[in-house]
Amino acid sequence: MQFMLLFSRQGKLRLQKWYVPLSDKEKKKITRELVQTVLARKPKMCSFLEWRDLKIVYKRYASLYFCCAIEDQDNELITLEIIHRYVELLDKYFGSVCELDIIFNFEKAYFILDEFLLGGEAQETSKKNVLKAIEQADLLQEVSNTGLHPESFVNPSCV
Amino acid sequence: MPAPIRLRELIRTIRTARTQAEEREMIQKECAAIRSSFREEDNTYRCRNVAKLLYMHMLGYPAHFGQLECLKLIASQKFTDKRIGYLGAMLLLDERQDVHLLMTNCIKNDLNHSTQYVQGLALCTLGCMGSSEMCRDLAGEVEKLLKTSNSYLRKKAALCAVHVIRKVPELMEMFLPATKNLLSEKNHGVLHTSVVLLTEMCERSPDMLAHFRKLVPQLVRILKNLIMSGYSPEHDVSGISDPFLQVRILRLLRILGKSDDDSSEAMNDILAQVATNTETSKNVGNAILYETVLTIMDIKSESGLRVLAINILGRFLLNNDKNIRYVALTSLLKTVQTDHNAVQRHRSTIVDCLKDLDVSIKRRAMELSFALVNGNNIRGMMKELLYFLDSCDPEFKADCASGVFLAAEKYGTDSLTSLHVTAVLSCVLAGSYVRDDSVPNLIQLITNSVEMHAYTVQRLYKALLDDISQQPLVQVASWCIGEYGDLLVSGQCEEEEPIQDEVLDVLEGLLVSNLSTPVTRGYALTAIMKLSTRFSSVNRIKKVVSIYGSSIDVELQQRAVEYNALFKKYDHMRANPNPNIAVITIHASNSTEAEMTDFVFQAAVPKTFQLQLLSPSSNVVPALNQGTVTQVIRVLNPQKQQLRMRIKLTYTHKGSPVQDLAEVNNFPPQSWQ
Repeated sequence: MQFMLLFSRQGKLRLQKWYVPLSDKEKKKITRELVQTVLARKPKMCSFLEWRDLKIVYKRYASLYFCCAIEDQDNELITLEIIHRYVELLDKYFGSVCELDIIFNFEKAYFILDEFLLGGEAQETSKKNVLKAIEQADLLQEVSNTGLHPESFVNPSCV
Repeated sequence: MPAPIRLRELIRTIRTARTQAEEREMIQKECAAIRSSFREEDNTYRCRNVAKLLYMHMLGYPAHFGQLECLKLIASQKFTDKRIGYLGAMLLLDERQDVHLLMTNCIKNDLNHSTQYVQGLALCTLGCMGSSEMCRDLAGEVEKLLKTSNSYLRKKAALCAVHVIRKVPELMEMFLPATKNLLSEKNHGVLHTSVVLLTEMCERSPDMLAHFRKLVPQLVRILKNLIMSGYSPEHDVSGISDPFLQVRILRLLRILGKSDDDSSEAMNDILAQVATNTETSKNVGNAILYETVLTIMDIKSESGLRVLAINILGRFLLNNDKNIRYVALTSLLKTVQTDHNAVQRHRSTIVDCLKDLDVSIKRRAMELSFALVNGNNIRGMMKELLYFLDSCDPEFKADCASGVFLAAEKYGTDSLTSLHVTAVLSCVLAGSYVRDDSVPNLIQLITNSVEMHAYTVQRLYKALLDDISQQPLVQVASWCIGEYGDLLVSGQCEEEEPIQDEVLDVLEGLLVSNLSTPVTRGYALTAIMKLSTRFSSVNRIKKVVSIYGSSIDVELQQRAVEYNALFKKYDHMRANPNPNIAVITIHASNSTEAEMTDFVFQAAVPKTFQLQLLSPSSNVVPALNQGTVTQVIRVLNPQKQQLRMRIKLTYTHKGSPVQDLAEVNNFPPQSWQ
């Protein structure tokens, strides 16, 4: 995967994860153009489109568009499953997730994504394990905020 | 100094802004506060401030002044700081700026941290945005972690290694030892990322590929277990066990089996099993089937398996889910050359997809349809494709028209050509979405359909009366009028035929119109000239041609001068044209960026002919189609044999001499009969 964008139906960006090195200017341009292209699609159209030399896979969940740019050799159908898995993770974490959750807790949305994908590929295929890791990391964050030295936190068994 | 406002508070505030200007004001105010807080080196609230900066960055505001602060957060001992710091680094830092290198040491330390979640942050950041320099410095640490028994870290290290290899391919070798028992892992996360790593290595190096071929039996076993094992709640997706891992294994098998008989044979059974047993009611099952089909088609599979694969794609074409139809068409396009007959069986379904509402599906169906046209099905296919051409969106017309021309050229018989020409003309007349390079093709097509000449020139002439803005249309029309003008005025058409002066009016109109490109003007002038042998109003034509002898357009000027010469020098032939002499004018143009100098055109004809080459207009052909060289050839053909010519072009281009030889055999019959 080259990048993933989450945006609202009005075209407001809610999350952007880039796995390829691009300047801020290039990212803005790509984002603007791609968002426009996807928003112009009619509901009956398929979830895939060719854009520049990339394959774009997108799916709308409620008021949010999840949009990924994948490479030529990547499987479009499984990418839909990747998107779906991410939505399920957000749903489980926030409890019936909605766009506002992502807006107000964007950093958490990133943390969850970073436990699921790394460098554009899935690092963990078990929903349970991803959520467990986030849970533990959140706990560690709590501990570090209350002043306990992080080194005194014992490593849990491999998850 | 009051504490900086909380992140969520800021988000709430900014969202109350009713205008862009109001939002900008709030942002600027907050940025100023954050800047002064940074200047004070406030450790307590740095994390909160950077988080707010990241939010503002997402809204589109500049946040580069927070880059160094991210580095400070990463260096902090607090986990919260590191979490936000690494996130900030991934969002704000750019590998093209040297600043990012300052992260290297922190990442190195954190890769060795006693807390796995800190190690995880470091691996994630490195694997997401590590530059080549960072990867070089830290590859050793990643390699170490690839060998750990901690599966949480091992899976991350594997993907981090993938990134390192992509950035610095020479480092691939050092990860080889660590791959030794990756596939023996029970942990699915490690298995998945290991397969990704092995795939990357095999794709990059034929040696690695050969080395890892021995893993095929193990991969087959793992895949088999996934399919045969009972319900596993942890990895289940709609009744399928870990579809992500299955798909990656199938992809790796594809690479390993590609040009290798033994490997392909070893995976034959499992592929057949997956192909026949996978549940197809949901997207996830189809995703696996899709990958399986791709693998079957790419390796050296036996024919039965290949047919099975194509049939799966055929079933996909009938699926209600348009995504499935889309991937089916894409895959069929990839295999249509190698498995032509198998794909032909699904032709009617493919043609039905031309009527799909989705643009991407239509396009693929069109491409596939053209690939499937052959001598046997041309009649039926042409009907469908011409119908499509007539009714499709503008964005397709050009490509479709080209495809129709090519198909007609390749497979069209005489009886079909008329059908093609009629329908293509309809499209061209309707909107002319024909690409400029199709003009010669269309002219060739028209030339070959002799019985259509009268009809064609009449329809095109009528079109010109309505609209002269579509250049390809105008060019083809001009050419036809020049060539078949006699048919146009002679009453061979059903409708009222124009008189000669009307036709000349139209052509002259093209010459002066602002809408005509120089190329079009060239066509128009040549057409007028040709009519001097077909029409009686020779004097009028002479006058027009002589006017353009001083045209500013060099191309037109050249032509006009040549034609004038024909009037002067060869006028005696006009009254009694020697039917045995064919006069051919060549126009040489040069689309490259450098001019061609010392340009010499030579021609040779069979013994029964005689050739006379008049002097060329010049021996320099300007670059970039900025002008042409014209030369008149007279060929005496007393025995009325089919004219064949061998031509030789010599010229100097960019300092080097060039020689080009060719045979010209497709002179239209009228030129020698």
